[in-house]
Amino acid sequence: MWRRSASFILDERRSSNSPPMADTTRGPFPNPDSISAYYQTRAAHHGVITSDWLAQAQAAVGGVSGEEHSVAELGKEKSFNVIDEFNSWRKQPDLAEAVAAIRALAAVIRASEATTMMELEIELKKASDTLKSWDKTSISLTAGCDLFIRYVTRTSALEYEDFNSAKSRLLERAEKFGEISCKARRIIAMLSQDFIFDGCTILVHGLSRVVLEVLKAAAQNNKLFRVLCTEGRPDGTGVLLSSELSKLDIPVKLLLDSAVAYSMDEVDMVFVGADGVVESGGIINMMGTYQIALVAHSMNKPVYVAAESYKFARLYPLDQKDMAPALRPIEFGVKIPAKVEVERSARDYTPPQYLTLLFTDLGVLSPSVVSDELIQLYL
Amino acid sequence: MESRRNPRAVVDPKVRQVGFFTSSSQPDSTPQPDPIAPASHPVSSISPSGNSLSPVMIPPPRHNSSDTFPLRAAAASAVSPSSFSYSSRRDFPDGSTTASPGRVSRGSFAKSSVPAASSLPGVGMDSMAAATSSSVPASRLTTVSIVNMPPGLTEKASGKQVQSDQMKNSKPLKEKTTKAERRALQEAQRAAKAAAKAEGGKAPLVTSGSVASTSKAAKPAKPSSQKNEGAVAAGPSEKDRKKDAPHPRMQYDDESRVVKAKRRAVVKQTEAKNRVELFRHLPQYEHGTQLPDLETKFFQLDPMHPAVYKVGLQYISGDISGGNARCIAMLQAFQEVVRDYSTPPEKTLNRDMTAKISSYVSFLIECRPLSVSMGNAIRFVKNRIAKLPITLAEYEAKAALQSDIERFINEKIIMADNVIVKHAVSKIRDGDVLLTYGAATAVEMVLLHAHELRKKFRVLVVDSRPKLEGQLLLRRLIKRGINCTYTHINAISYIMHEVTKVFLGASSVLSNGTVYSRVGTACVAMVASAFRVPVLVCCEAYKFHERVQLDSICSNELGDPNAISKVHGREDINYLDGLTNNANLQFLNLMYDATPSDYISMIITDYGMVPPTSVPVIVREYQKEHLLV
Repeated sequence: MWRRSASFILDERRSSNSPPMADTTRGPFPNPDSISAYYQTRAAHHGVITSDWLAQAQAAVGGVSGEEHSVAELGKEKSFNVIDEFNSWRKQPDLAEAVAAIRALAAVIRASEATTMMELEIELKKASDTLKSWDKTSISLTAGCDLFIRYVTRTSALEYEDFNSAKSRLLERAEKFGEISCKARRIIAMLSQDFIFDGCTILVHGLSRVVLEVLKAAAQNNKLFRVLCTEGRPDGTGVLLSSELSKLDIPVKLLLDSAVAYSMDEVDMVFVGADGVVESGGIINMMGTYQIALVAHSMNKPVYVAAESYKFARLYPLDQKDMAPALRPIEFGVKIPAKVEVERSARDYTPPQYLTLLFTDLGVLSPSVVSDELIQLYL
Repeated sequence: MESRRNPRAVVDPKVRQVGFFTSSSQPDSTPQPDPIAPASHPVSSISPSGNSLSPVMIPPPRHNSSDTFPLRAAAASAVSPSSFSYSSRRDFPDGSTTASPGRVSRGSFAKSSVPAASSLPGVGMDSMAAATSSSVPASRLTTVSIVNMPPGLTEKASGKQVQSDQMKNSKPLKEKTTKAERRALQEAQRAAKAAAKAEGGKAPLVTSGSVASTSKAAKPAKPSSQKNEGAVAAGPSEKDRKKDAPHPRMQYDDESRVVKAKRRAVVKQTEAKNRVELFRHLPQYEHGTQLPDLETKFFQLDPMHPAVYKVGLQYISGDISGGNARCIAMLQAFQEVVRDYSTPPEKTLNRDMTAKISSYVSFLIECRPLSVSMGNAIRFVKNRIAKLPITLAEYEAKAALQSDIERFINEKIIMADNVIVKHAVSKIRDGDVLLTYGAATAVEMVLLHAHELRKKFRVLVVDSRPKLEGQLLLRRLIKRGINCTYTHINAISYIMHEVTKVFLGASSVLSNGTVYSRVGTACVAMVASAFRVPVLVCCEAYKFHERVQLDSICSNELGDPNAISKVHGREDINYLDGLTNNANLQFLNLMYDATPSDYISMIITDYGMVPPTSVPVIVREYQKEHLLV
């Protein structure tokens, strides 16, 4: 509400009731008060993720219930199907968001009764739009859907006499996407090994599965390094990450979020993941990443981002508020008076000039290459 | 950069030799055995002002004869041959500039080059039409700055001379010539000119013109008729022209083409005498001398299509300005050309049509240097012509061409603008304070559309003399009911604190992300970036160029200096009136400037919103697609 503005505009705004303005100034984004489903799921993930649980969960959840779901919901309405399907996939902690989306779309294909490619495409488009509108804040969801639709359109351009063979090809591709995602993480881990040298100190923020993979690989390669992780309130990612890393016998130190600048001197590099990589080359990640990147930049420490290529999105935020707001509940542990506002955004945008390199499955890229890739992909 | 500004020890203190051009009067450099050197060779020897296309010239067509000298030819008219200083509008007092345009046109002919007499164009056109594969480079090549040479030298030598000048020009340091040498040259030129005048007929003019042209191979104006008041005036102006950079990018292959082109020249330009040192590589002509004369000649032009002529006149007078408008006007004129075209006997449509288009383009260049948008459009048209199958019947070919041009206008300009508007309005939020500079059509459309979508914002229009283009934009916005504020550019740092976003237009975006736009844009972008205000540039993709430019000096356009000295309607502050010819004072009216990519947050094109670093990617993709269009 208190934007830079000439005084007369400010007065005019004050005179015409301000409370609704506070929301509308956020721009054409709907209902800023809705809790972001994406971050809620992440919180759920973070709440439970441990490697043991992972193993159990995969065995228990993977495959079986997925099939059940899709079969059970065949009779129901299609759009409903997609979202439920997506949610069921998403609950798996080790599965990337985009992969869950693609699996959901694959289920749509499987359940579809279309007889021509065009019809199938239209159905898919509808399903994808439903998914996207259901959770606007998840960038990898949008990006994953877009990627898959793009792939479908490209495939359908090829001549297939048999509709069924085309359909099965699409399904196969969707299945492969899950593997691609896992492979992507391994590629990224491999690429980043060169950047981790013996005796280095790495600052990690947020709990990214990709970064975890990177550190695991480094540990397996017998590198000696230590990790500083930020506490990561309100998700508590720091505690989780430190427990994971201590299992791998990597020396870990927990920091308060506010102690980052204090400890930046002894840090050699910063490693973060990304919820989304935007067209300018910047990243959208958990709240606090921008801060850390700023501090690191001012102290000349490199900031490395580990992100799979399907997280590249065609967004271009100009500033922090230029994205769809993603809010999540924040518990302070004590009661907050009702009049006090709480900044509940779950993520921030780090502009490309503060990032050094991006590790992706396409290689080690500089931030300006993201747009290059996007142009080639989408144009 | 420093070397450019160091004055050297030269005779005339007024004429400081700045680094990158050479005094061009020595024929002693190694003559090139083959003027048409392989393209790769001249590339390295091309002047530091760049080895690729400048915004003001036409990239040569990629067919047969021009293959050998694409870059050279292209580079040639960075200094916009025979360009006309274009800055004023209709209401600019016409009478004040020259006493009698008629006198200019018919009277003194330049010792430098042959201005075409009114009947000459006819001659020139025929001869040009007769040329089999004259292409753009030919016509453009003629419009090069003067290379001084003793008139006695043969044509071949002059060709070599030009070549060697070309080589010399690429060296950043000038070579010393003795005063005696220069004086000798001057005398020789004066003598030649006197002889030409004495004979006074057309033919002798042509001959002397050819002599003169060979001797001064590089004058930018095929049309330039130098106003020579007398020996005194001739002295300094000759010297000035001698010190003119032999155009860094111009070259000659074939003297006969030069001659033909000079004979062909339609627009006669008088060169301004009082010029700024640093910008001597850009042509500057006195404003307002051509228009009445050209208007009277409207019904006499045989070789020139009336539509093209009209467009040229509109450029000169300032009725059409702005990248898109100029490009569309030119393309529509070309459509008419195609429509009225009929292949002469014994000729192929491709080549003849290309030649015709080239001649029209050179006329347009004489009127006003090309913008990048026009350059790219011309390249497209020539490409389409070249790709026409030979077997196509004439009417089919013409129809195909016309529809291609129509499609270009539709897709690359009109629909592109729609896409840009769609992307840009998504960035406008309620409560925004948007600043814009000048009058960019794309930005205007964005603002109007955002207003239609009922977004609550207000606009700050920043304007600057002498063109005061912002006032037009202001009127149009206010008519639609948009809340506007108007100020001049000297208040930019004062108001920037309340701005939330800056929208700018561009004449072109270059490969390194530099935005080449109306002068003053760089200022606005820099101040905005200092205040951490995002700067959004709206530019259609067809205006992108693979060139790289590091500063605003090496390639630019000079406007009318009188526009600066005179403040319209304010007689009380016209202190500079009448000082235009003062030796101690030079006026500089630049039209464009280059904004570095660091100050740009994003570029909105019909390819979406991209960071400035992605421009070469789009150029690459765009070329691939557009050649197949």
